[in-house]
Amino acid sequence: MRRGRITPLAIFAGLYLIFLYAPIILLPMFAFNDGTIIAFPLQGFTTRWFVDLLNTPALHAATGNSLIIACSVAVLATCLGLFAARAVTRYDFPLKGGILGFIMLPLVLPEVIVAISLLVVLMQLGLNASIYTIILGHTLLCMPFAIAILQGSFAGLDQSLEEAAIDLGETRAGAFRLIILPLVTPGIIASMLICFIISLDEFIIAFFLSGNEPTLPVYLWGQLRFPARLPVVMALGTILVALSITLLLIANYFRRRGLARTGQQDSGGFL
Amino acid sequence: MISPPLIYAILLLAVPLLSIILFSFWTQTFLTINRDLTIENYAEALTDPLYRVLMERSLRISASVTAATVILAFPIAYYISFKVRPERKALWLFLITIPFWTSYLIRIFLWRVILAYDGPVNGTLIGLGVIDQPLSWILYNANAVIITLAHAFAPFAILPIFVSLEKIDRSLLEAARDLGEGTVMTFLRVTLPLTMPGVLAAVLIVFIPTVGDYVTPRLVGGSGGTMIANMIYVQIFDLSNRPMGATLAVLAMLTVTITLAWAILHVRFWVHLSDRVGGGVAGLCLAVLAAVVDIAIIRWVYLNGDAWFGTAGALGVMAAIMVGGAAAIAIFVPKGRWGL
Repeated sequence: MRRGRITPLAIFAGLYLIFLYAPIILLPMFAFNDGTIIAFPLQGFTTRWFVDLLNTPALHAATGNSLIIACSVAVLATCLGLFAARAVTRYDFPLKGGILGFIMLPLVLPEVIVAISLLVVLMQLGLNASIYTIILGHTLLCMPFAIAILQGSFAGLDQSLEEAAIDLGETRAGAFRLIILPLVTPGIIASMLICFIISLDEFIIAFFLSGNEPTLPVYLWGQLRFPARLPVVMALGTILVALSITLLLIANYFRRRGLARTGQQDSGGFL
Repeated sequence: MISPPLIYAILLLAVPLLSIILFSFWTQTFLTINRDLTIENYAEALTDPLYRVLMERSLRISASVTAATVILAFPIAYYISFKVRPERKALWLFLITIPFWTSYLIRIFLWRVILAYDGPVNGTLIGLGVIDQPLSWILYNANAVIITLAHAFAPFAILPIFVSLEKIDRSLLEAARDLGEGTVMTFLRVTLPLTMPGVLAAVLIVFIPTVGDYVTPRLVGGSGGTMIANMIYVQIFDLSNRPMGATLAVLAMLTVTITLAWAILHVRFWVHLSDRVGGGVAGLCLAVLAAVVDIAIIRWVYLNGDAWFGTAGALGVMAAIMVGGAAAIAIFVPKGRWGL
């Protein structure tokens, strides 16, 4: 195969990347644009929309809620993911495929369905929607991603390492803590970061279950109705996108390091 | 070891899903919920033309999104798998997934800006002299929903197709060429059939969630792009008729399941028919003929069934034909070379 040649397929791939990145490229343009209307032509450079963000108490409350939720979800989903990933890669048990498929189901189910079924159960139990109910919902949603990432770390482990530790007198728990855990730590960090990003961005479940404690996306959704607030929304969006991409790059670094540590090929991506 | 995540999924997924099924048989007047089981909601949902229009539109939009996403994703997956140097594949995949991890709301909102009357798409096209007037059919209607969703779900289609392309043994392609097949025929007879499992996964993973999408129709759909999830939200929060919302959710899931089962198993049947007559042009004609007949039957019942079976009855008969046909194929027709 000749390399570096410009074929129709390569041009298509380039155009497709432009299509994929179009919204992200436009976002900072409007965030720094000195005009209240979100449209071309651009009016000039300003940072006042970012300054406005600092003077919005409702936004700060929403950010606080989102951070609490995202941190809790990252820890909870990754812990649950650890159990599942280890069980799936290490042991055989009846109905393995079915059980895993069921746990992975939130990946394909429409979020609206998950959200209203959780809402219905909460109402029947007489519980009020709050931060805690969002944490529960987001954990359900993030678990499949955590499992997928951790499965990658566990799959490459050499079983004889753990057996050797046990033969040399370690207990099962000790072998897990001293041998397995350090080897899968990069995977755990990557999984926590990804769950954090998903939870921070997730809208539908938070929207249905938030009650009067909005998360960042729910706050954003409310602001989208007011044309005068749109530049501020663009500024907030720019920060969120920059944060997501930074966390993603860190997560990718850890995922690749984890793969290198267990001697696997990088297959790319988290999905 | 599997138990903690399994228990969690049962408590927060299986129990809620089962309870909305129960809930859908209840009724609500103002704030009191009447727990007597009744099929009132279903009767209303199946006969009221409003719900039918929304469900039909949701299916049509999702089907278009799925087709657009998969058709656009295939060349990209093919390019990465076959044309990109191995050490750069991971980078390409990473590039494709980055937009997916950035704020969903913001991304969809920006499509409203991009597709706007005075937005960059119209600006560029006018600047290039392709059009004189800004296009009005690309925002606040079903087309806008399709474009935006095709963007949002792109990585979900690219990745499964890429994985199945990577699994193809390259020596098979060489063998086909050595045996005298041209590039196009090698692609059609070796590469494409071997990629079908990935295409199927892509179809499932795009079609199912898009039917229930709420944000995109609200932000870019206008009144002509409203979908079933918007109605579910209105029932629950604006009309305080939660059981009706649950009913619509159950019906939406049921419709998606039946449609997918029908489509996937009938494709198996059509491929099987084609293989039975030895493939080639005759096989293709037979498969197309069978597809046209199958679709015509469903279409006829959907459009003309009212007079025979009543409004709800026609939908029931249609569902029975679809499920019955799919079940018969599942039992009697073996999995073909497409792995379906």
